[in-house]
Amino acid sequence: MRFVIVAGTPSSGKTSVMIHTIRHLLKDDLAVAVCKIDCLQTSDDERYGRLGIPVAIGLSDYICPDHFYVANLEEIENWARKQEADLLVLETAGLCHRCAPAVYGCLSICVIDNLIGIDTPKKVGPMLDTADIVVITKGDIVSQAEREVFRYKVAEVNPLARVMDINGLTGQGALSLKNEILKSHDLNEIAGKELKYPMPAAICSYCAGETIIGKSYQMGNVKKVDFGGTE
Amino acid sequence: MMLEKITILGGKDKDGIPEKIQRLDVRAGEVLAVVGPTGSGKSQLIADVEQYVEEETLTGRSVLIDDQPADKNDNKGLSRYLVAQVSQNMNFVIDMSMEEFLLMHAEVRAIKNPRQTIKDVLSITNELSGEPVSLSVNLTQLSGGQSRALMVADVALISNSPVVLIDEIENAGIDRLQALQILTGQGKIVLVVSHDPTLILLAGKRVIMKNGGMHKVLVTTPEEENISKDLIKIDKKFAHLREQLRNGNSIGAEKLKKEEFTAWPKF
Repeated sequence: MRFVIVAGTPSSGKTSVMIHTIRHLLKDDLAVAVCKIDCLQTSDDERYGRLGIPVAIGLSDYICPDHFYVANLEEIENWARKQEADLLVLETAGLCHRCAPAVYGCLSICVIDNLIGIDTPKKVGPMLDTADIVVITKGDIVSQAEREVFRYKVAEVNPLARVMDINGLTGQGALSLKNEILKSHDLNEIAGKELKYPMPAAICSYCAGETIIGKSYQMGNVKKVDFGGTE
Repeated sequence: MMLEKITILGGKDKDGIPEKIQRLDVRAGEVLAVVGPTGSGKSQLIADVEQYVEEETLTGRSVLIDDQPADKNDNKGLSRYLVAQVSQNMNFVIDMSMEEFLLMHAEVRAIKNPRQTIKDVLSITNELSGEPVSLSVNLTQLSGGQSRALMVADVALISNSPVVLIDEIENAGIDRLQALQILTGQGKIVLVVSHDPTLILLAGKRVIMKNGGMHKVLVTTPEEENISKDLIKIDKKFAHLREQLRNGNSIGAEKLKKEEFTAWPKF
């Protein structure tokens, strides 16, 4: 079974891009299963469900969605194998720029859009630079020059990735993503595989449900802003 | 990078019936107008060329470049710079000065003399639009017409791709005939989607779209070329009137003056 991990900035069109791509994969008679990780709620299961394929939802609720994601990879893999999927698409929540869900042995796709600003590729950091494929969306609403400059900025952060433009509304370009997915290798087992970039750490009182602000309410792994200068 | 020609091999229309036109060549220096009613598949044809498909989209068309299928795997190569598109966008979203942005784009495209090139881009932009802009202006402050003029100038001088796709430039409120002239220069292959008879007849040939398919290809006849010349004259008159009105002149007064002069010659 091929294991595809999809990350990306909020509202970049991850689900739309994948729906168009999965349509092409289904035409090739591949059995595709989708799992979507989100925080409190999602309607993406309905959108994927309309493709008539098995869909699972993981809501992280009070847990950091990316920690939740890593802790569930084995279970998600097992679920997909039970569905007899040839290909598992795992879409992450896409929230903070710190996390990078890429795993060695899986195909990692990062979806970002032309509107997020020219300096954002740098800020997105590990999620972008650990991706095997970078999909750039919303090219139809910017100029040729902006597309070219943005793509260049992406390539500066991740020179090794295959970069492609896809229109999430019409699906234009989704075929090349299908072809790239078909080129990826099967994964024998996710257990024992390694994250390309470690998850952010946090075990503090707020992780445990504290809501009051102030030093005396803080315990555990707490980091403070360094304002420079001397005291 | 120069090309001899691109070839569009026909696929299927919206009903799955093979397109009437199964092969369409466009050579360097040639302009192909893409015409047809709204929804007839003009933009899809342009989109197919833009991503130089290989029988994989809904239309099933394929595109050959100099008789060869485009090499899709050549990610690092120049093939992604093959096509530049002037779409129907009327504004920029990047928040920086024109100068900063153009220098950045010139760097991306490895332009040899960026300072001179962006000066040229600026002068073309100002030729095409009304109120002149300066390089220090922020991109997002440009008006719709100014933005579009800049997009045209940028595609002509900085992107400088051998294939240029133009989508309904007549809606831009800029000098569209001059814009087409600038974009068609330098032996490029140009596809222009248009509803404007003057622009359509300026092209050497036109493909007529119907129900998603390429229905017919017509070469502009000598008679049409004559009509085209008339249309350009009318267009110039129109442009002149527009300039007069924009600059706050009274058109009737100008005419009256002339009549005065001819009607009552001095004795």
